[in-house]
Amino acid sequence: MILTQMVLVLFVGGILAWAGENHRPNMGRWISLMAIIFAFALLLDFAHSNNELFHQYLTIANIPWITTFNIHYATGIDSLSFILIALTLLLGVICVLVSWQEITDNTGFYYFNLMASIAGIVGVFIATDLFLFFFFWEAMLLPMTALIAIWGHENRHYAAIKFFIFTQVSSLLMLIAIISLALIHHQQTGSYSFDYFALKQMLLSADVEFYLMLAFFIAFAVKLPSFPVHTWLPDAHTQAPTAGSVLLAGVLLKTGAYGLIRFVLELFPKASAEFANVAVLLGVISILYGAKMAFAQTDFKRLVAYSSISHMGFVMLALFSFQQIAYHGALLTIVAHGLSSAALFSMAGMLYSRLHSRDLSQMGGMFSSAPRMGGMLLAFVAAAFGLPGLLNFVGEFMILTGSFKVYPTSVIFAAIGLVGSAIYGMYLFQQSFQGPSKQVIVDLSKREIIICLSLLALLISLGLFPETLLMHFPEQYRVAANATATATASALVPADSVINLGANL
Amino acid sequence: MQATIEATMNQMQVLAYLPFYPLLSFILLVLFAKRLSWLTASILSVGAVLLSALSSAYLLQVAMLTPNSVVDVHLWQWFKLGDMAVNFAFRLDSLSMVMSLVVSGVGLLIHAYAAAYMKDDENFSRFMAYMNLFIVAMLLLVLADNLVLLYLGWEGVGLCSFLLIGFWYQDNDNAMAAKKAFIVTRVGDTFLAIGLFLLFRETGSLAINDITALAGSGEIANEMAFWICLLLVGGAVGKSAQLPLQTWLPDAMAGPTPVSALIHAATMVTAGVYLIARMQGVFVLTPEVMTIVSWIGALTLLLAGIAALAQSDIKRVLAYSTMSQIGYMMLALGAGAFSAGVMHLMTHAFFKALLFLTAGSIILALHHQQNIFKMGGLFKKLPLVSILFFIGIAALIAFPGTSGFVSKEAILAELYSSNTAGPVFWWLAIIGALITSIYSFRLLFITFFGDYRGDVKVHPVTDKLQLLPLVILALLALAGGLIGLNLTALFPAPPTELNLVTGHSDPAWLHNVAIATPFVGIVIAYLLYFPKTGQAVVGSDSSLTKFAHGGLGFDRLYEWLLVKPFVFIAKVNRRDVIEQLVTGISWNVQAWHEVLRASQNGQLRWYGAVIGVGVVMLLAILIFSGTSEPSLQVMNGGAQG
Repeated sequence: MILTQMVLVLFVGGILAWAGENHRPNMGRWISLMAIIFAFALLLDFAHSNNELFHQYLTIANIPWITTFNIHYATGIDSLSFILIALTLLLGVICVLVSWQEITDNTGFYYFNLMASIAGIVGVFIATDLFLFFFFWEAMLLPMTALIAIWGHENRHYAAIKFFIFTQVSSLLMLIAIISLALIHHQQTGSYSFDYFALKQMLLSADVEFYLMLAFFIAFAVKLPSFPVHTWLPDAHTQAPTAGSVLLAGVLLKTGAYGLIRFVLELFPKASAEFANVAVLLGVISILYGAKMAFAQTDFKRLVAYSSISHMGFVMLALFSFQQIAYHGALLTIVAHGLSSAALFSMAGMLYSRLHSRDLSQMGGMFSSAPRMGGMLLAFVAAAFGLPGLLNFVGEFMILTGSFKVYPTSVIFAAIGLVGSAIYGMYLFQQSFQGPSKQVIVDLSKREIIICLSLLALLISLGLFPETLLMHFPEQYRVAANATATATASALVPADSVINLGANL
Repeated sequence: MQATIEATMNQMQVLAYLPFYPLLSFILLVLFAKRLSWLTASILSVGAVLLSALSSAYLLQVAMLTPNSVVDVHLWQWFKLGDMAVNFAFRLDSLSMVMSLVVSGVGLLIHAYAAAYMKDDENFSRFMAYMNLFIVAMLLLVLADNLVLLYLGWEGVGLCSFLLIGFWYQDNDNAMAAKKAFIVTRVGDTFLAIGLFLLFRETGSLAINDITALAGSGEIANEMAFWICLLLVGGAVGKSAQLPLQTWLPDAMAGPTPVSALIHAATMVTAGVYLIARMQGVFVLTPEVMTIVSWIGALTLLLAGIAALAQSDIKRVLAYSTMSQIGYMMLALGAGAFSAGVMHLMTHAFFKALLFLTAGSIILALHHQQNIFKMGGLFKKLPLVSILFFIGIAALIAFPGTSGFVSKEAILAELYSSNTAGPVFWWLAIIGALITSIYSFRLLFITFFGDYRGDVKVHPVTDKLQLLPLVILALLALAGGLIGLNLTALFPAPPTELNLVTGHSDPAWLHNVAIATPFVGIVIAYLLYFPKTGQAVVGSDSSLTKFAHGGLGFDRLYEWLLVKPFVFIAKVNRRDVIEQLVTGISWNVQAWHEVLRASQNGQLRWYGAVIGVGVVMLLAILIFSGTSEPSLQVMNGGAQG
């Protein structure tokens, strides 16, 4: 139940923050901060005493919820979930810290929404019942929409509505697919099931598998986001308050990647393998298109937002190349991009609080007045364009090296993205901090230094010792193993024996 | 192998720490920045490089006694590519020994000089911090035992180069030059990266030793070796400013002069040469790529030499000269004369660093005047610096007895009989040597002879900290050729079936021509450029000169071929065409919403009319559709509607 406690701590922390803030100003942020740190402590304590989670999927709770449809409150965790939850909570702390002085009206409700969204995201990573997963999926989106709509920038309503429609349409597809899965389970075994493991064992006809996979794929591709369903992202990221952007780029996009790994690839291994060419193509287009679009922007946050599309394209490419090395690279890129984009958006917030503008053409030459800030920005830009020594490099390098074996042409095109990222990265840094001095600003405050340094320290230490993350992932690429195992099994033995095998498991 | 065993713990420890002293200094300099006095910052930054240099010297003394000695040190496992571990591990053999000596040794002298040169800059400690970081990255590059770690250094020096070219970032031109250098070299880096992907796919390893071994045992298919080497050359031409990615180097002179000396003359720009020499085991498998490398080197050395003839900025002359000299190194590599190429890399580091630094002293003495037509007669005003500069020039034109002579002769001697180069390349190299001597003496005559044409008072150069490194470099430029490099163990003769040496026996006149060429150049330069009394010394402004001055049109070509189309595509679709499509959907939804809303106006007449029209249309479909089955479907559909 400890995972549930974590979600509860976050959610209740949000309510308390709301109540506390109304009681006494500035209490909300402290309560939120404490709640996240407490949740983090719970997670670490849990991982410490349950080391096996790093070797296998550990199911934690399984309580009947809606018995008519055999829906359970079922949670579990493995190393993938663990790392993503840890990233979420870490960036949660960053979110609270960047909101420290930024949010001045309706502060209590703000922290409630922030915490509710974080709680929802953690829920997404632990749910093993697909209905519960969908519940958390929605639970994280609503408060996020509120964050954008209420505390966002000048165009916030438009951005919030766009964000909402995009995610709702895509999650509707996913809901249909989830219900279809449950119905098929009913057809095959006589009982409904939303249980991830039960559904995983189901044998689907090729067509059905393909369409269901497609529905899940679209839902997660929107969230990732991938070309051509990325257009909600630049608006949402740009208009959201700083913490909203950090959360969006840092972890919300990762739920898309998580969904692809956990559901698309594992529930529909054969259909995914069939679809791989298209997905890889989309990934490569995202890499190049995102990089190209990033260069054309004049808005600091919009530029970073487009760069996210480019980076997540690498993840898509990696996942659908079905290569162990690329898969490990994708995991690292997920973490790396979470940290570096969170840092860049935090810096955008810091600049906005000084200049009240995100317009790059109004910036310039700020290095002389704020060298620490410039140095930090450069470091994070360097992370974004994949400077070796920082985590992003290892991720992208492994992705490209791994995928090259099966998709050499795609990788060559994707590699052009390395030039692209250098172009927009340098453009961002030089426009804001080099050239003739147009603005004189105050250098980083202590709180801001803590934010930047902690993120940078993580990027460097993980960049030099990525094995600390990778050691928790099995040598064998589970997804690929699964796909080939299923393929060979269905090729060698009659279909019904596979079902029996599934039932036994 | 025996030597590997002999490498003691002590040596391994020295090697393990070797690149990291400057890193420590970098961190301290960044942390305390302006709080450090000039003296503290100087001692810290120069001292750190001194430690690295001493470590290199120590290792040379104790570990490199025999030609095939190797010291390996494994720091930690970085990450794994499948079964292959990519390690933070260093490998010191004679090649990386030479390189780390050059980097830390010449680096040390330049650091000391820079401490004096940049003394009055308000961001002195930031400057020295970047310089230190550069040394770290460069040492990692040369010591790496695998290509991923080499790539780390490779990218690291690129970033430091960016930071140092744009050190005076307030000036937009400097910032642009920095960006150009970074992005153009990044294009090359991307080729290198793809080369690594291909190498890993073909060999399953990125450890340099493994690859060399595999190549030696014929495990790499010839066709693959061709592509791998071509991609590696792509990386090399980017970093080493060779055709066709050479355009960034002249602009990179926007950086402070010690930067030009350290990064854009002595060390970073030779990384491409190092890379090819390092991977020579694979290169010898593909004579085709070797020939391509020869061509790249030969053409670059000629083009850069011609461009150098037309420059008026003293640093730009030297920049083109650097490009041209690296062309010689490339030509040597292409011809299979690896050892000679590396030798020239080393001597070039000595004399080109000397030239840049003396140029820096001149520039400083003339209050940041870089135009040679505003100089003149400096020999009388700055005799010591002038003599040092002359020594550098002598080595550059391969004046007999200097270090440049030794290394360039070594290259020329192997060109003629090489299978992947040959007589044509020898002649191109000789023409290049002629041009080298002409532009060198043009620079020398215009700058140091005739009357002083500037309008500012010349400051005498007296700073000991500036002069001492210059004197040491001058000694090295003169006598550096005596440092015998024994790289034979590293560059064994290529497999006999791919013999790179043809039957061309060297004609007797070969060496005489090579030795005589520079003198011919001097005479030509004297006739053309020596300032005559009573005659104004101005640069030619013919269109040919302008063409050469602009680097032979490459900048403009790339501007039109690459930059403009890219910027155009980026700007034309700034609003994201996909976005427009999506907004198109929402516009459609709204429009249809309006249409449907208008149709529900609550007027009975309107509804009646619409029903009437609908019925007529249904009937028409019924009548005109041929078979009965589809029409039934339509009927059903109509009834439901």
